[in-house]
This record gives sequence, C-alpha cells and structure tokens, in this order.
Amino acid sequence: MTVKRILGLFNDFDQASAALRDLREANLPYLNWDDVTIKSPIEHPDVESVLGVRSIPIRKYTLVGALLGGSLGFLGLATSQGNFFSQLKGGKPIIPLPPDFVLTYEMLILGGVYITVLGFLICAGLPHRIKSDLYDVAVSEDQVGVMVKANAHCIAEVRKIFEGHKVLSMQEEVVQ
Amino acid sequence: MNTVTQGKEKDIREDIAWAQINRDVLASLEQPRGTYWALFTMAFCMFLIGVACEAYQYDRGLGVSAMNNPDVWGLYIATFIFWIGMSHSGTLLSAILHIIHADWRKPIYRFAEAMTTFSLMTAGLFVAVHLGRVWQIYYALPYPNERWTWPNFQSPLLWDAMAIFTYLSSSILFLYVGAIPDFAICRDNATGWRKTFYEKLSLGWMGTDRQWRNFRVAYLVIACFLIPLAVSVHSIVASDFAMSQQPGWHITSFPPYFVAGALYSGCAAIITLFIMLRYTFRFEEYMTMPILDKTARLTFAIAMVWTYLNLIEYSSVWYGSDAVAKETLIQRATGPYAFWWWSMNFLGSVVPFTLIFKKLRANLTVMMIVSLLLNLGMWLERWMIVTPTFSHGYYPWTWDHTFFPSWVQWGIVFGSFGWFGMLFMLFCKLVPSVSMYEVKEMVFHRKLAKIHVREA
Repeated sequence: MTVKRILGLFNDFDQASAALRDLREANLPYLNWDDVTIKSPIEHPDVESVLGVRSIPIRKYTLVGALLGGSLGFLGLATSQGNFFSQLKGGKPIIPLPPDFVLTYEMLILGGVYITVLGFLICAGLPHRIKSDLYDVAVSEDQVGVMVKANAHCIAEVRKIFEGHKVLSMQEEVVQ
Repeated sequence: MNTVTQGKEKDIREDIAWAQINRDVLASLEQPRGTYWALFTMAFCMFLIGVACEAYQYDRGLGVSAMNNPDVWGLYIATFIFWIGMSHSGTLLSAILHIIHADWRKPIYRFAEAMTTFSLMTAGLFVAVHLGRVWQIYYALPYPNERWTWPNFQSPLLWDAMAIFTYLSSSILFLYVGAIPDFAICRDNATGWRKTFYEKLSLGWMGTDRQWRNFRVAYLVIACFLIPLAVSVHSIVASDFAMSQQPGWHITSFPPYFVAGALYSGCAAIITLFIMLRYTFRFEEYMTMPILDKTARLTFAIAMVWTYLNLIEYSSVWYGSDAVAKETLIQRATGPYAFWWWSMNFLGSVVPFTLIFKKLRANLTVMMIVSLLLNLGMWLERWMIVTPTFSHGYYPWTWDHTFFPSWVQWGIVFGSFGWFGMLFMLFCKLVPSVSMYEVKEMVFHRKLAKIHVREA
C-alpha cells in the first residue's frame, strides 16, 4: 500500500496536543507511533510527553568523550614526555603527575564537549536535507506542526482528526 | 511598549507575538541605526592603529615598546589577562544562569557568548604580540624537532595555552549549537546570499521533537562543562603569577581573585554592550530596563566579592612574613604607580556603590559611564599586578621605577579594542544578537505561569 506523510499546522500547543491525544486514542491500525513527529518553534516537553518516552542518548556520548579525552590526553602527554622529553629533565620526574593532571582535566573537558556536539548531531539527525521532508516556514515562527507517516488509509483518518482540531493548513506527500 | 503592570516593571511583555519577535530581531540584521556603521568605522580605525603599531614594532624590534629587563610583560600581558577576564561574561550569563533557571538572561545571553569568543580571540593575539619576534611563535609548539626544544609541561604557561584553546573551541561550539534554531529562522526568512549562508549554518534544523529533545540535553551538558572550564582557565592564568617567586604574586588567593575579577569585568562589559545594542538595533522591547537592573545588581554583588578578595590579598601580604612582598605593596601605594593603583581601587571598589541606587540603575547614561569606569578599573587592576612587581623585584639592581609603556604599546592595546569591536559588530550583523527561540520560550512560560496564577 502507498505510504504517505501528512503535516498539519496548528495555532498553538494546546490544539496540537489535543490532536495528538485524539490520534493516540483512535488507536489507528498500521500507525507506528514512532512515525509521529512534532515540529515547533520552541521546545515543549509537555506536548512531547504525549508522544511517550523517547530516548536521549547524548549523555552516553558525553561520558565516552570525557573518558576518551581524559585518558588519551594523559597517555598522549605521558608517552611524549617519556619518549622525547626525558633528556632535558635534570633529575625531575619524567612524567610529572600534578601538571599532567591539570592538562588531563582540560583534555577531559575538551573531549567531553567535542563528543557531546558530535552526539547531538547524530542523535538529532543533523545535518538534514530540508527538501527531503515536509516543512513549513510557519513552524519557525509561531505555528506547531504535527507530522504523521502512515499508509494512505491511515492518513485519511489522521486528516479527519486534524480537521476536528481546527488545523490551519495541511500538506501531504507520497513517500513510496 | 507597556512593560509596567501594577507598579512593577516586567522583564518582558507576555503579550508580545512570536511573529513580532522574529520580525524585530531579523530587522536588526538588515536595518540597524546609522550608529551601527559609525561604531563599526570607529572600531575599524582603532584596529588599523593597532595594526600600524604592531607593524612598526615588527619592523624595528621590541625595543620600540619600551619594554626591557625587568619590565618584560608590560601592557601586553596585562591586556591579555583583561581580555581573558572579559571572556567570562558569556559563561556567567549562558551557563551559570542557565543552570539556575534565571530566565531573564534569555534576551541577552547570545551577545555575551559572542563576547566570550571574541575576547578569547583578542587575548590570543597578545601572546604573539608580546614575543616581539612573532615569526618565532612555533618555538612554543610541542613537536619533535632537531633543536630538542620542548615546552615545559610543568610551567603554567603551557597549561594556559591548553586551557585557552579548550575554552575558545568549546565557547565557539556552545555559541554555534545554541544558535542553530535561530539560524533556521533566518534561513526561512532570508533571500539571496544570506539564505545560502543560513541554510548551511542551520544544518537543516526543522524544530522536530527529536531535535529539540537532544538540543536541550546537549546544551545543558556543554553548559555544565563550560563552568569548571571557565574557572580553570582563569585559575591557570592566575597560576602564571602565583606559582612564580616574584614578590606580590606568590599569593594563595590569586586564583579566586582572578576568577572574581574576570566575572566582574565580564558583567560590566555586558552592561556597556547591552546599552549599545539596545539603541543601535532598536531592542528596547527585549533588552528591557528590569533586565539591565538585574545585571547591574549582579555586577554589584560580584564587585563586592572582588573587593573582599582584593582586601584579603592586601591583608595576607601585610600580615604575612614576606618583607619584600610587603615592600612591593607599599611601593604600589606610594611609588610611581600610586596614582594608577589608587585609581584601580577607587574604580573597582567605590564606583560600584553607585549601583545600589535604583534611580541611577535606571539611567542609561549613568550606567554606560559606570560600566566603562568599572572596566577601566579592571584593566588597571591587571596592569597593577604586572608592572609594579616587575619594576620592584627582589634585587635592587633590577629595579626600574621609571618604566612607562611607549606609544607603541598603548597603540596595540587601543587596537585590540578595535579588533574586538569590529568582530563583535560583524557578528551582530550576521547572527541574531537576541536569541529568538529563547525569548519566545520566556514569553510563553511567563504567560503560562500568569494563567496558572489566575486559575489558582
């Protein structure tokens, strides 16, 4: 069956959440709830909660980044000091721990920040080709969009629900 | 523009339309007042003066700066510390106030973050400039070479380089990530080259719940990293001094003293730029007087912390057993730099008391003058740390009480303000200096809170 996408634009978060709640209660067959997306000008955790719990794995990236940054930073410093610097130390420790701790601390933060940003890009699906998705510039201004991907029959039901909640406009496209 | 209700002024109007927020901020990118071009031209001219002085110093050698032995750092390192200090403004407003949910920061944090980035870029210049032989800066880089020259890993100067690099790159990422939703707004409203520019910067942001969810966590995590990083950066800069044996520098309280000074000058600079941007970009609706009032009160609180730490520094030297350090302190207060030293104390500790008067806090002209004076005081503080100690060290044969920076040094310092101003003004023309989505959030949540109160 043909798979379609529909984007309904609502005036505010209340209307969008009401439409989402009705959509959930309608229990439409063949509607995968993961294919329901909200597009909004600001973040709104309450409306997002209607979608259910969705994972945010960024913290794992942060942990890995900080650990990698700190450990590789220390190892990098220690190996370079041990291999290239030992001749010039005049009896002082070849790998001085207190100064290396300061540098390891900086590397930990550096790794943490860099990998968090990388994690953010991966988890948020960025960069993204905007032309490959339904979008309306009103979303970046003051309207809230609800996008659903499902089969053609299901999309017709979604359309009815949207209309029951004073949807401002709708866009539809065939995905495959 | 009615922000007054029942006698209490609000940080922002709750009934301001979101579309209006977009229009006002986007207009600042296209049609600023003529003052914008005047300020940009002034900054560019100042920058040219700095370039000319640096070119002269490059051609003739470091001697033209009047720096000698023992006065080897002069204004260059004092100004380097000043700019590093200024960079703490963005961290304070963006990260610290973000974590404690102070939402009044939202209309003003973006330009404070930009200040952080450009201050660090300006500070970095002085590391090269103070060498004199700028072409030999590669000597400082840690790479295997036939000369066997390696940086000293036990020196705070190397930690400094690492900390500043980490801070600069993290600040740029923080600024960029925080601006992605606004770049998307610009993309949706721009035409021509600006559209292509914002299309690339926005990375295809569409405001989906997935993007917002991850954005919220990423922004918070980076903010959490930035706070200890900012503290470490200025603590390490303080260690450049505190870990030496020079009289007047070898003081335990230097790191917190430097961090407080950094937050202080950053806050004062936010007030200066707040007033400038408010007028230049017609941001009266967003950069409101209550927000300025809060920033001024925050500045006063930090000024008092700085004053306390300053007194601690004097007391620990005065009552300590280091006779030479005490002599250096007396030399600062009575010697050839006494005028500058007393000015620093007056500007840093007495002038902020003007901020306790509500009437003065509500006067933009007074606030502009006070913020400039506070930053002058903070700049003098850095100069009074560097030069008097060098000119009156342990050995009398190294004393040089006649040292005064030449016009070349003053020119380069002057030029650095032009460089900073030029970058900042360019930024304001390309990137929304008020965060549109955060202002919308602020308006939305305040409106919601009002409805809840009414219902209760």
